[in-house]
Amino acid sequence: MSGTRIELRTAPHAHAPVDVPLIMRHVIYALLPIVAWSVWLFGLGTLLLILTVTATALATERLLGGEGGERSIRDGSAVITGLLLALTLPPAFPLWMGVVAAVAAIGLGKMLFGGLGMNPLNPALVGRAFVQAAFPASITTWIPPLGAERFTSVAPSTLAPPFLRPEGLAEWIADQRVDAFTGATPLGLFKFDGVITPLRDLLAGTTAGSAGETPALLIVACGLYLAFRRFLDWRIPLAVMAGVVLAAGPLHLLDAERFPDPWFMLLSGGLMLGAWFMATDMVGSPVTPWGVLIYGLLIGLLTVVIRLFGGLSEGVMYAILLANAATPLIERLTQPRVFGAARRKE
Amino acid sequence: MILSFLRGHTFSHGVRVAHHKEQTASRPIRRLPFPERLILPLDPHIGKPAVPLVRRGQEVVRGEPIARADGWMSLPIHAPATGRVVALEPMPTPRGPRRPAIVLEVDPADTQEMGWGEPRDPLAMDRETLIAAIQESGLAGLGGAAFPTHVKLSVPPEQRVDTLLINGCECEPYLTCDHRIMLEQTDDLVTGIRIAMRATGVQEAVIGVENNKPDAVAAIRAGLREEDPIRVVVVESKYPQGAEKMLIKAALGREVPPGGIPAQVGVVVNNVGTMAALGHLLPRGEGLVERVITVAGPAVRRPGNYRVALGTPIEFILRHCGFEGKMGEFILGGPMMGSAVSAVETPITKGTSGVLMLHEREIEAESRPAEHCIRCGRCVEACPMHLNPCELGWLARKREYDTMAERFHLMDCFECGCCSFVCPASIPLVQYFRIAKSILREQAA
Ligand code: SF4
Ligand code: SF4
Repeated sequence: MSGTRIELRTAPHAHAPVDVPLIMRHVIYALLPIVAWSVWLFGLGTLLLILTVTATALATERLLGGEGGERSIRDGSAVITGLLLALTLPPAFPLWMGVVAAVAAIGLGKMLFGGLGMNPLNPALVGRAFVQAAFPASITTWIPPLGAERFTSVAPSTLAPPFLRPEGLAEWIADQRVDAFTGATPLGLFKFDGVITPLRDLLAGTTAGSAGETPALLIVACGLYLAFRRFLDWRIPLAVMAGVVLAAGPLHLLDAERFPDPWFMLLSGGLMLGAWFMATDMVGSPVTPWGVLIYGLLIGLLTVVIRLFGGLSEGVMYAILLANAATPLIERLTQPRVFGAARRKE
Repeated sequence: MILSFLRGHTFSHGVRVAHHKEQTASRPIRRLPFPERLILPLDPHIGKPAVPLVRRGQEVVRGEPIARADGWMSLPIHAPATGRVVALEPMPTPRGPRRPAIVLEVDPADTQEMGWGEPRDPLAMDRETLIAAIQESGLAGLGGAAFPTHVKLSVPPEQRVDTLLINGCECEPYLTCDHRIMLEQTDDLVTGIRIAMRATGVQEAVIGVENNKPDAVAAIRAGLREEDPIRVVVVESKYPQGAEKMLIKAALGREVPPGGIPAQVGVVVNNVGTMAALGHLLPRGEGLVERVITVAGPAVRRPGNYRVALGTPIEFILRHCGFEGKMGEFILGGPMMGSAVSAVETPITKGTSGVLMLHEREIEAESRPAEHCIRCGRCVEACPMHLNPCELGWLARKREYDTMAERFHLMDCFECGCCSFVCPASIPLVQYFRIAKSILREQAA
């Protein structure tokens, strides 16, 4: 017995086999198919964009984050921010602007608040919002999917030098030999031209749009994987979608000309990517059961309102950021009922 | 109702833990030899310490009272072995490094027959005599809390208690001693329940057993008589099913209000081991001198269920059951709520349900540094009291203890450990809450 060292810890002496790096790793796994499909759709330039943005996110985290940054790199949360941000940018977005977006995402979205766990707003969306304000033209410049030359050439905008206007994109797009490319996303087509994109294209992602937001079906599949492994809270995407249907459904019934089908609202734009991968960011969403529902519904409602009544064609990003900001309030109002407490005031 | 029918009797939230019960569940209870020395703390339970009746050097017989109860919230102590009192001095005990204790040197030549006791029929006694007899037996809750049993069983008439609930869940991983008792001491258990029903005056008794012990359910059902108003309710096996409030909810569908006690919803809860001991001791007029413990864990060579004399030092058990390793952690009770001992001299007391031995590998695996809370909400979903451990954790780090208690129900936390168990950031939430509670208690005092 002598010589045995005695270890003293406090209960519990057992732990569930899930830790933060494991969760983050699986989120990255779930994002990879979307990344791959995005590169398949939009080509070399998009691959460069995704790599640049992710690398910048990592570097910024490393430089600004100190010890916490090291941890964020090890546990993978910085990679997730980088990947998510890249997937929300236009596929031919200038690389240098991607660098700005990533620095803003990590610097403003995360470090300003004290690192992982302290950031009230989704950092990727903060980065996206920053470049939306800073570069309004480039952030709405789209290229067609499945261009003929997409693996042999890079759109001129991708390699545009900083602070100069990208030139020659129209010619490059013409070279891609894609029929009837209008340069607008399905939401833009609907909002400004009243055109509804075919369902098949929305599901497969063969439309114009941000690098990783278009393939609705694939995004749902990847999200479902995480939900089944319990690495994301399935109630959030469900509530977001319910919010969209609840808001868009009645409007569509009122005036089918002006207001599109809820299906279209669900499958177009960044809704699916937002619902499954952005709104579910744990840090910015409530932890209380009722809070989660309210939060999700709020995102769905706000998205529809911004899309249909706002000046912008897309509203998911702002809807999520607003709901992130409302999370502390939502949580305060939805504290769980303590076991045994009366359900109603007697 | 329909939901509870589909899922079996249960409560909401809680966690699924690896049971690790296969190591010992099929091992019948065996008697461990007596160690050379027994350490008997005067305060092994909640309440006032006992008053010694013996002097240093005095010879005692197994079963002889060696300390008397000091008032109502106190219990006598009986000599667990024939031998000689060698010291009355502070010793390490599960409740602290230096607590007053009687040290007994066991007579190695003695046969260790019970030398004390007077057979009688407890079911023929009136309630007051019966309660007094239970106090004299020194019985305390053997499930872990070690609350004096006679106090628990004397329900004031204004409480309207109608049900005696017997806890046979044993939801802590590794532990199987209650399981073995249900199988091997079924008659004692049923006798004990009859006695407890008489003492409390309740009309019905319900035994809650987790559905991972079908053999125990069958054994008890076979041991009951047709006319016994006792039934077995099979509850879901989930941690912490054996917590009083959770079991009351699962087996009877009643919710104890926050800060309340089971009697408020008409229930008195006792553990199966306690009832079996009651059924064994009272008819013989003996005192509690031994108990069954589970010795388990990856670091033990001969795991099993052992009947040990109270006061047996952990060290003796390690030697006898074979501990492997250079560094060890020895936990009294189960891994979820048990506490690690700081000294191997620490004795087994009435509330010790098991000794769990871990070595380097598990210790390392569990020693992850705490990270930032990522607000994943797992703790909220796990807390059986429906608290918000995430918010409580943030407040604890900011030392806002008053807010924790006033707005987030800190005092309703019963330290089950579910939140820490699931936290992917390895935040020692329960430990925060223990500290916060003790600081608040100090401030209030
Ligand atoms: S389980 Fe841990 S990381 Fe998750 S919300 Fe609770 S405290 Fe935070
Ligand atoms: S230890 Fe307390 S806060 Fe944590 S799960 Fe158990 S009751 Fe809830």
